[in-house]
Amino acid sequence: MADGAPNQRVDMARALRDAGFTALLAFALFLPLIGFQTVTNIRNDLILTTRWPLLFAIVAVVGAGRLAFSLVFEPWLKQRTLRPVAAAPAGWRAVFAKWFTPFAIGFVIVYPPLVIALNGFGGAVKWIDNFGIQILIYVMLGWGLNIVVGLAGLLDLGYVAFYAVGAYSYALLAKTFGLEFWVLLPLAGILSSFWGILLGFPVLRLRGDYLAIVTLAFGEIIRIVIINWVDLTNGYAGISGIPRPTLFGIPFNADDNGFAAVFGLEFSPLYRVIFLYYVILALALLTAFVTVRLRRLPVGRAWEALREDEIACRSLGINTTNTKLTAFAMGAMFAGFAGSFFATRQGFISPESFTFLESATILSIVVLGGMGSQIGVAIAAIAMIGGTEIMRELDFLKQIFGPTFDPTQYRMLLFGFAMVLIMIWRPRGLIATREPSVFLKERKSISADRINEGHG
Amino acid sequence: MEVFLQQLINGITLGSIYGLIAIGYTMVFGIIGMVNFAHGDVFMVSAFIALIAFLILTTWLGITSIALALFIVLIVAMLFTSLVNWVIERLAYRPLRGSFRLAPLISAIGMSIFLSNFVQVAQGPRNKSTPPMVQGEFVIFTQNDYAVTLSYKQLIIWGVTAVLLAAFWYLVAKTRLGRAQRACEQDQKMAALVGVDVDRTISMTFVIAAALAAVAGTMYLMYYGVVSFSDGFVPGVKAFTAAVLGGIGSLPGAVIGGILIGLIETMWSAYFSIDYKDVAAFSVLAITLIFLPQGLFGRPDVEKV
Repeated sequence: MADGAPNQRVDMARALRDAGFTALLAFALFLPLIGFQTVTNIRNDLILTTRWPLLFAIVAVVGAGRLAFSLVFEPWLKQRTLRPVAAAPAGWRAVFAKWFTPFAIGFVIVYPPLVIALNGFGGAVKWIDNFGIQILIYVMLGWGLNIVVGLAGLLDLGYVAFYAVGAYSYALLAKTFGLEFWVLLPLAGILSSFWGILLGFPVLRLRGDYLAIVTLAFGEIIRIVIINWVDLTNGYAGISGIPRPTLFGIPFNADDNGFAAVFGLEFSPLYRVIFLYYVILALALLTAFVTVRLRRLPVGRAWEALREDEIACRSLGINTTNTKLTAFAMGAMFAGFAGSFFATRQGFISPESFTFLESATILSIVVLGGMGSQIGVAIAAIAMIGGTEIMRELDFLKQIFGPTFDPTQYRMLLFGFAMVLIMIWRPRGLIATREPSVFLKERKSISADRINEGHG
Repeated sequence: MEVFLQQLINGITLGSIYGLIAIGYTMVFGIIGMVNFAHGDVFMVSAFIALIAFLILTTWLGITSIALALFIVLIVAMLFTSLVNWVIERLAYRPLRGSFRLAPLISAIGMSIFLSNFVQVAQGPRNKSTPPMVQGEFVIFTQNDYAVTLSYKQLIIWGVTAVLLAAFWYLVAKTRLGRAQRACEQDQKMAALVGVDVDRTISMTFVIAAALAAVAGTMYLMYYGVVSFSDGFVPGVKAFTAAVLGGIGSLPGAVIGGILIGLIETMWSAYFSIDYKDVAAFSVLAITLIFLPQGLFGRPDVEKV
């Protein structure tokens, strides 16, 4: 371009002005809460201390970031939109889509032996427990909520209530009646879906945001009842000593009839962790399988139709209340399964585990993954939960920011920030295309911009 | 009777605070149809700003007149909170305008998590309590050794709420900005065609919402003398309940809804069980939405194909 040079200079001035303004804004924004800190002194009075260096460091970073944004990122973005879209190599997407799922399932099945091979017996517990099991619980919850939000288009902000119902039913029934995990697992699912129907029935006339807020209210009500019904649930103190799962009656302990002794192995706590890993993996895959099959059943097709257009559904004679209720009950059932697994894995549950933040986390996994997309939800769960778990491991940051620096403090801060960023970057989630379950001649994925929103 | 009267006074005070927050919900919902989930946390942030401003004024600058200090604190909190909400709207909600319907809600939930954790990291997780700012009370009457009192701080809350509501009503009903807001509520495209700057009007709506939340935050701090990073969520949901009860989109409805929620909560605590007071408020939300979705003063929602 001939007039490139003057343009560049004008851009520079504008960029500097923008950066200056942004820095000024950041200064005003962070002045009260970063510039000053309220500290309780020895006499228990609240006093103020200042943190000017931190404030100016943040302001400088924000200003520099804005400058870099307008000098580097904006021109790049403009170029990208100007350039004609290069034709994607034909078929690579299809090849990827075809092989990704079997590869992923294969990987999660060989994950525990792989980790043991890499880290040895001692180091593997952390990787299987904190990463494997933790992520799989959220994958399962995400897939369960995906039925409600992604397929039926009902925004549920109180999903954690059903998770809590599952966890408490297992804990209480196992402790009171001494029943087995495998007996109580279906029972917990049934109880949860019963609650799903009970709570769903009055609220399903509502749409969209209103439904979201009422489900939030129900989630909170259940949590407050759990906190205050001390006779049954032991309130804030929670329930401890929840029975651990057994392999067809063989417990995972150091006794003579324990797993290790029966199979002639040396005792290690790792066996239980591996067993739990495969249990949650099986449960998660069951959720995925049921969802895939349901999408091809009339009820699944009705869910998706409902998500796309409720009025059209009603005029075609679909019973919308029943359709919504089945979605609610089905989602709640999987939350109940996950809840009872959670209880048996932890051995201890308390209302702290079932706060609104948990619901928001699960919902954000579903939305960030792309509502309705199972692979997307799994990827989002790995990114969000794995990402926050990795925050615990970042010890080298202590060398940069000093020994008092605790990266785990910033987990939820970054989590919230990531939710906002991803919404701006990809409002429809990571995998926004949809695979139709009915098609005329050939299966084509539907691109994001042609997807209608759920009016649930 | 005397217990009832005392609870009435307490309930109206609490309800005024909810009402001020509820206006923020109702205005934002009215203009862009979004449940501003982060509004409760904006309220919490404003209480922290007020706390810090109050400490600067009293401990560093040595202002002894509480009335003057409170007035300055109120102004400072309103200014900074407005700025915070203006930036939030620009960064987190404006890029999502015209996106699919759940996107702004998710973004707001993310913002809510971000704000409460930001305050937790920046100011520490412990409760911050201040010495009582305003002391003293009127004894209205005494019966059976039970004095029904109206404390000065309750009186201040009533007074400030009433004055601000009047000013605010004037702003929406009589000024150019208010007219623009009502026009945008009805039809943004049409408003833009007749020369209303829609972006600016929406920004100003968030600024006003934040300013009122800041008033509520300052009053909350003065009334309870304690604030923590997690104080945004529950008042936020209750204020949203108030907005829904009053009829979302309706300003007098938000205030009346707020006072009703405040009364329900205090009466429930006094006569039934204090442990379940949040359940009472949340149940009201569910019951209202199920049986009276348009609220007390709202327009019924017309379903269009």
